[in-house]
Amino acid sequence: MAYSIEGRTGAWEVVIGLEVHAQVISKAKLFSGAAATFGAEANAQVSFVDAAFPGMLPVLNEECVAQAVRTGLGLNAQINLVSRFDRKNYFYADLPQGYQISQYEHPIVGKGVVEIELADGSTRQIGVTRLHLEQDAGKSLHDQHPTKSFIDLNRSGVGLMEIVSEPDLRSPEETGAYLRKLRAILRYLGTCDGNMEEGSMRADVNVSVRKAGEAYRTRCEVKNVNSVRFVMQAVEAEAARQVEVWESGGEVVQETRLFDPARGETRPMRSKEDAHDYRYFPDPDLLPLVLDADWVEQLRAALPELPDEKRARFMRDFGLSGYDASVLVAERATADFFEAVAAGQDAKLAANWVTVELFAVLNKRGLSIENSPVSAVALGQMLDLMANGTINGRIAKDVFEAMVDSGDLPAVIVERKGLRQVTDTGAIDAACAAVLSANPDKVAEYRSGKDKMFGFFVGQVMKAMAGKGNPALVNEALKKLLSA
Amino acid sequence: MSLDPATVRRIAKLARIRVSDADVDALGADLNAILGWIEQLDEVDVSGVAPLTGGSQMAMRMRPDVVTDGDLQDDVLSNAPDRAGVFYAVPKVVE
Amino acid sequence: MILTDLTLAQARAGLRDRQFSAVELTDAFLAAIAEVNPRLNAFITVTGEAARAQAAAADAALAAGDTRALTGIPLAIKDLFCTKGVRTTAGSKILAPFVPPYESTVTANLLRDGAVFLGKVNMDEFAMGSSNMTSAFGPVTNPWTRAGDNRALVPGGSSGGSAAAVAARLALGATATDTGGSIRQPASFCGIAGIKPTYGRCSRWGVVAFASSLDHPGPLARTVEDCAILLGSMSGFDPKDSTSANLKVPDFAAACRRGVKGLRIGVPREYRMDGMAPEIEAIWQQGLAWLRAEGAEIVDVSLPHTKYGLATYYIVAPAEASSNLARYDGVRFGARTNGADLIELYENTRAEGFGAEVKRRILIGTYVLSAGYYDAYYLKAQKVRALILKDFNDVFQQVDALLTPTAPSAAFAQGEKMDDPVTMYLNDVFTVPANMAGVPGLSVPAGLDSQGLPLGLQVLGRSFDEETVFAVGAAIERAAGFTALPGIRAGG
Ligand SMILES: [Mg+2]
Ligand SMILES: [Zn+2]
Repeated sequence: MAYSIEGRTGAWEVVIGLEVHAQVISKAKLFSGAAATFGAEANAQVSFVDAAFPGMLPVLNEECVAQAVRTGLGLNAQINLVSRFDRKNYFYADLPQGYQISQYEHPIVGKGVVEIELADGSTRQIGVTRLHLEQDAGKSLHDQHPTKSFIDLNRSGVGLMEIVSEPDLRSPEETGAYLRKLRAILRYLGTCDGNMEEGSMRADVNVSVRKAGEAYRTRCEVKNVNSVRFVMQAVEAEAARQVEVWESGGEVVQETRLFDPARGETRPMRSKEDAHDYRYFPDPDLLPLVLDADWVEQLRAALPELPDEKRARFMRDFGLSGYDASVLVAERATADFFEAVAAGQDAKLAANWVTVELFAVLNKRGLSIENSPVSAVALGQMLDLMANGTINGRIAKDVFEAMVDSGDLPAVIVERKGLRQVTDTGAIDAACAAVLSANPDKVAEYRSGKDKMFGFFVGQVMKAMAGKGNPALVNEALKKLLSA
Repeated sequence: MSLDPATVRRIAKLARIRVSDADVDALGADLNAILGWIEQLDEVDVSGVAPLTGGSQMAMRMRPDVVTDGDLQDDVLSNAPDRAGVFYAVPKVVE
Repeated sequence: MILTDLTLAQARAGLRDRQFSAVELTDAFLAAIAEVNPRLNAFITVTGEAARAQAAAADAALAAGDTRALTGIPLAIKDLFCTKGVRTTAGSKILAPFVPPYESTVTANLLRDGAVFLGKVNMDEFAMGSSNMTSAFGPVTNPWTRAGDNRALVPGGSSGGSAAAVAARLALGATATDTGGSIRQPASFCGIAGIKPTYGRCSRWGVVAFASSLDHPGPLARTVEDCAILLGSMSGFDPKDSTSANLKVPDFAAACRRGVKGLRIGVPREYRMDGMAPEIEAIWQQGLAWLRAEGAEIVDVSLPHTKYGLATYYIVAPAEASSNLARYDGVRFGARTNGADLIELYENTRAEGFGAEVKRRILIGTYVLSAGYYDAYYLKAQKVRALILKDFNDVFQQVDALLTPTAPSAAFAQGEKMDDPVTMYLNDVFTVPANMAGVPGLSVPAGLDSQGLPLGLQVLGRSFDEETVFAVGAAIERAAGFTALPGIRAGG
């Protein structure tokens, strides 16, 4: 069912488009040789080019171009073999040149598409309008001094990909799904680390509302939202605000706003009040960017398997459900972990162990899969022990817990704790006989037709055997004795 | 096309150059003289002509992704009119 | 022997033969600057101590047999080239306190070849001007005066300090830049030679930008051969400039000796403008006659869009400048004028820091790029620019080089032509098209007008064919035998 906001005057549809700024993974900046890495002391990773000193000139970083092309290919988008860099002119304290080198009329990547999956299992195609390369600005610190702002240019000139979606999104949920999917694709490609907390991925959210069947109404842009959750909240808050404005007889004015997560509301951005006139024109310090079609094909051939393909393969080759497959491919590291565990195993069982037991542990400890206390190899060995009958499923949970706590391999734990499954039918028969003779009344109940008592006998036998009895053999022995 | 005083002020604002009220008219007259003279380009038929951006007819050369620059904290800050430690300083900006 | 009277080539030979030392040569020029510069205002900064140290190093190198193209040769550097540790002002108040922590590629190439830098020379503010009247450091005076009239004349612009310094024998040569004629027009006004090479021949890295697609660094010197020697050192591929051409640097000096026999020289009929002084026309015809006498064939050609070059230039150059000069905001370098908030700081800094002509051009450039006007002005200009380039491409199918006057007049007096900006802009009418197309252009002194002022002729050539340009220019120089001297000069 479509998402809508119920106002006093009826239902409002929400129209959302995203402009995502994704920091390109590269060693050096887009147009200078300074390091593009995060976390150095202020102004330590700044060249004279980045600080826009007189006479400094930009020279394009080839790897940033390759990363943009890889991303375009990953978004099923058109790669433009001829593109161009333009200057976007405006004054700001952390914009040293007084312009940003960007791509306006002729971006490197054209139209593409991202498929999103929703909670109800449905999928939607979200259009990508374009992807272009541009420079990041520096950083202004406004809270260090009572009357001054401080400027750090370390980020100035770092390569960004601006990925613009069509206004195809219709709910906070879709917006969140799109952003997560985009982030997954970028991470799979290795073109952006997708780390929104550190600012290497930021979203500008364009929101408008309308009544069913109407043309688009005026939109507002909520700038620089820095988590998936906040983006979803910003959509909700801004759409609600606009509905309120329209319904109280007002008019939504096109403006740039900021989302305040503490208050859960948006407010106009003071520094963007000026009417904008960016005076874009081709950067005369740079020449047209002409890509070789063969080079693009080489990049295409070297692309990794992307989430959609991987999900389809997991469903096809491993027989996983769509839901399990989606969960496993959401992060490349998780998918890789799962595949390592599943090698030579029952894949569904492997998927279950990863998505249920392992995820529970990771969640509880706040760990990422890269820092999992249990390696994929160890988990695979545990599944081996289950498959070859060394341990049963019940004991496996104890073994797993011990693996998490100790970091030891499962075979070591099984030997140390003596958890090997008992398959000696003599021992099993003896244990079963002892349970039955100790509970003559229950045996009578069972024989008078109370089948449910069977589970009680199994439980008592397993308890007597410290959980180590082979469940199949225990069942078999009990049945034989009870029917005798 | 000609510049009225409001346009002169708007352009000056965009260019971040303070123009005093006394100067607006004279400046507008100068700019209008230049723009009027430029209007001779109206005579030129440019239909079907692709715009030319620069003096070079080459395609873009690219640099390898190698860190070759930066680590110049003192040098990039040494000319700053106002600085605070390793930062440039400007009047406080409200966002 | 008066050392300051030597040409660069002669001085180089004298140094190599140990007829005099590099320190003696440099001292002679420093003394000349001390004596003559107060009358010319050609130098903004004189770096005597550093120059003597460089000269001493040159003497040591010469003694050790390490002889490079310019070892021990004293030069003047236009104050648009960033020089490490030496104030670089671009002729502007806004850069008055700026000391670059880096060396431009062109000046680094000259230092690599052993040159000695005497100091930084005056120029129109940010290279915007044709008279040197827009410098924040005061106008430069042309060393030449009209016969019987000692009013101060302009040296041309924007490389007026470079041209005046060379003409007055305060340096053996100078770096300069040419965005619309700023090497060739001052060369013509000061009776010296200067070449704007092909776009991409000399790196722009470290040269304060005026209009990136039009800015061309190049040399000024007293002879065509001296220009060839300097250009040979200044040129070369620079990976730091995306528009630098990755081509081998030819032996320009050798090209000066080629002669013009068999060359086809074009005379663009559109350069014969209404109201052009008869003396300009006469010297042009004289130049063609000299070339014909040397065995060149003279061909009438047409550059139909030439007359639109200047109007096109006054859209493209201000547009690029309005953006290039946005970095002068008082935050990271240069002068700052405070304000209550950041926007006021910007507006005050730029209002105080820039002169009237620079502000005019920034405003024109801002306007022609602004919403609603871009297509009518900037895009239109880019298309006309394409037609201007096409004119040159077509004409160079027919001829090897073009000969034209350099400027529509000889040097004018300080204060003349200042009534309105457009009259001043017309100075560049013959030189601007070459900047639009990126083709090389050289000005060579060809004679004097009736008032005793020098007049230059301009040779234009195909892109990256400076050799033919030098061959033609040197032939005119030999035929002209230009030996007149300016009234204000070292040893004069
Ligand atoms: Mg945006
Ligand atoms: Zn952007």
